[in-house]
Amino acid sequence: MTEHPMLIVEDLHVTYDTPTGVVRAVNGVSFELGREKLGIVGESGSGKSQTGRAILGLTAGGTVTAHRLEFEGIDLLNASERTMREIRGGRISMILQDPKYSLNPVMTIGAQIEEAFIIHSKATKQEARARTIEMLKAVRIREPERVYKTYPHEVSGGMGQRIMIAMMMIPEPAIIIADEPTSALDVTVQLQVLAILDDMITRRGTGLIFISHDLNLVASFCNRVLVMYAGKVMEQCSAAELANANHPYTQGLLNCLPRLDAGQDELPVLQRDPSWA
Amino acid sequence: MPDRTSCRFCNAIPVGLEISDTLVIEVQDLNVVFGRGARSFHAVRDVSFGVDRGQSFGLVGESGSGKTTVLRAIAGLLGNVAHVTGAMKVADEELKQNRSRPFRRRVQMVFQDPYGSLHPRHTVDAILSEPARVHQLDRIKDRVVKALEEVGLDASFRFRYPHQISGGQRQRVSVARALIIEPDIVLLDEPTSALDVSVQAEVLNLLMRLKREHRLTYVLVSHNLAVVAHMCETLSVMQNGAVVETMTVEQLRSHNPTQPYTKQLLTASLGYDRAAIDAFEEFDSK
Ligand SMILES: Nc1ncnc2c1ncn2[C@@H]1O[C@H](COP(=O)(O)OP(=O)(O)OP(=O)(O)O)[C@@H](O)[C@H]1O
Ligand SMILES: Nc1ncnc2c1ncn2[C@@H]1O[C@H](COP(=O)(O)OP(=O)(O)OP(=O)(O)O)[C@@H](O)[C@H]1O
Ligand SMILES: [Mg+2]
Ligand SMILES: [Mg+2]
Repeated sequence: MTEHPMLIVEDLHVTYDTPTGVVRAVNGVSFELGREKLGIVGESGSGKSQTGRAILGLTAGGTVTAHRLEFEGIDLLNASERTMREIRGGRISMILQDPKYSLNPVMTIGAQIEEAFIIHSKATKQEARARTIEMLKAVRIREPERVYKTYPHEVSGGMGQRIMIAMMMIPEPAIIIADEPTSALDVTVQLQVLAILDDMITRRGTGLIFISHDLNLVASFCNRVLVMYAGKVMEQCSAAELANANHPYTQGLLNCLPRLDAGQDELPVLQRDPSWA
Repeated sequence: MPDRTSCRFCNAIPVGLEISDTLVIEVQDLNVVFGRGARSFHAVRDVSFGVDRGQSFGLVGESGSGKTTVLRAIAGLLGNVAHVTGAMKVADEELKQNRSRPFRRRVQMVFQDPYGSLHPRHTVDAILSEPARVHQLDRIKDRVVKALEEVGLDASFRFRYPHQISGGQRQRVSVARALIIEPDIVLLDEPTSALDVSVQAEVLNLLMRLKREHRLTYVLVSHNLAVVAHMCETLSVMQNGAVVETMTVEQLRSHNPTQPYTKQLLTASLGYDRAAIDAFEEFDSK
């Protein structure tokens, strides 16, 4: 499927023991990622985030197994903690679904981005400051000088997301896993930020896993799409073909969207078929 | 005889008996300034709007343009972090610095960032029970189960913690928390941006049904123009702290706004198109 996959995932499982029984968050997922934009869509709880987190070993309390989980030949399941730290810090970046929550609340935005520059590029304090301001401009933050001095609770939802995107691009990773990275942005800024991400990915040959609920956005932005349901991949298709997807689940998701051109009293909801699971 | 303490989810209460049909929310020349002196920031500039009882009013616009701040000003959540001026009236009550107890019962807010607003060390059950207890409601356990059911979560979620559920499930818990005390007015800040399209449809249908059955009034902030069109009768477009345009949903549906900023927003809602993006203009409305 992909010519030189950087990432190979084969039969990935993530389970959690809870007081009410075992939760199968990911239940046999397989895919490969090359230098491309791969979208993951699917209903809430279908295992999209858990799939992304399992790649980086960020599933505390859960049990991860896989037939193969390989990044550039490195077996991620049996890698040393030191190797995993190196990979997490620079080779594979993940932007988490709750962006503000992952920022340090007691450090200014500017200081946090600066620190990332100093760690990853051995920049001097002064260079780091200049590049931080540049970075904030690149993700289209108005008044970057003001935002530089603010704390995470003083920025809006969408500003927090852009700051996370900026920080994720600093180490120039081989793979970016972006979990709902632009859901809090207005549509104009969303597209502008995606264009910046797109340029960087194309220039550096980065692979992108783009997790999103926005089916139209994924169809127009990504190359390929995985559709997940109940911890499994239901269907894979090229992004441009998403609207013509075969599976009734995928069609069901598409039908749920409210429309801008016409009003409806009641939105169709997904009718789940037990045979899908 | 309508009983305001009976459960909204079990039996529909004919509301609207005690309140006139006119404006239920009035905001006049709202200005919000964060901080002081050199570090001060004028986040909301001369914003005015009114919402009739049983209607939904949408706020859309640029990220950072002040939409959340407007909701927080109405809810009385800006306390001493900002200087707020202008007049706000909710159901004929002139809003002062501190909100009255009945106000806190009738006006609820669903926050944009569900993770940040759910206590990390409280179970879903505790999160939902708390407001019911604060407002001295009865049959709390039944209400919790029913509220979860209304947002599509079964009772097995009751004893999980926020980090043990998915992002969309957290968002549904925060919708359930706002609805459990049966408010009249709900301020919804991106209530479905973390939801998948199917749950989004379920939550929007639920909100629409509650609005119909109980004549709830909503102020809805969303980046999704189709969601706003589905839910609201009128909307304002914000940019840089100010309202640039107020219009009806019909105008929005027929792609017929007057302001260039709104036109660009509509173009952007069509999906990722590199050529269109490169042609985007910067708007500065200061
Ligand atoms: N720590 C945990 N303990 C128990 N169950 C968990 C835990 N973390 C996640 N889950 C469960 O795993 C399933 C998959 O979660 P995941 O976060 O991957 O969903 P998702 O597809 O990203 O959903 P969303 O679109 O809502 O973010 C969910 O049912 C969730 O409740
Ligand atoms: N506590 C605060 N202190 C200082 N500035 C603040 C504070 N809260 C918000 N702001 C500023 O006010 C402006 C408006 O923020 P607000 O959260 O209302 O935006 P928004 O329209 O909701 O944006 P988004 O769509 O990204 O959520 C932003 O520039 C933000 O930095
Ligand atoms: Mg998720
Ligand atoms: Mg906001």
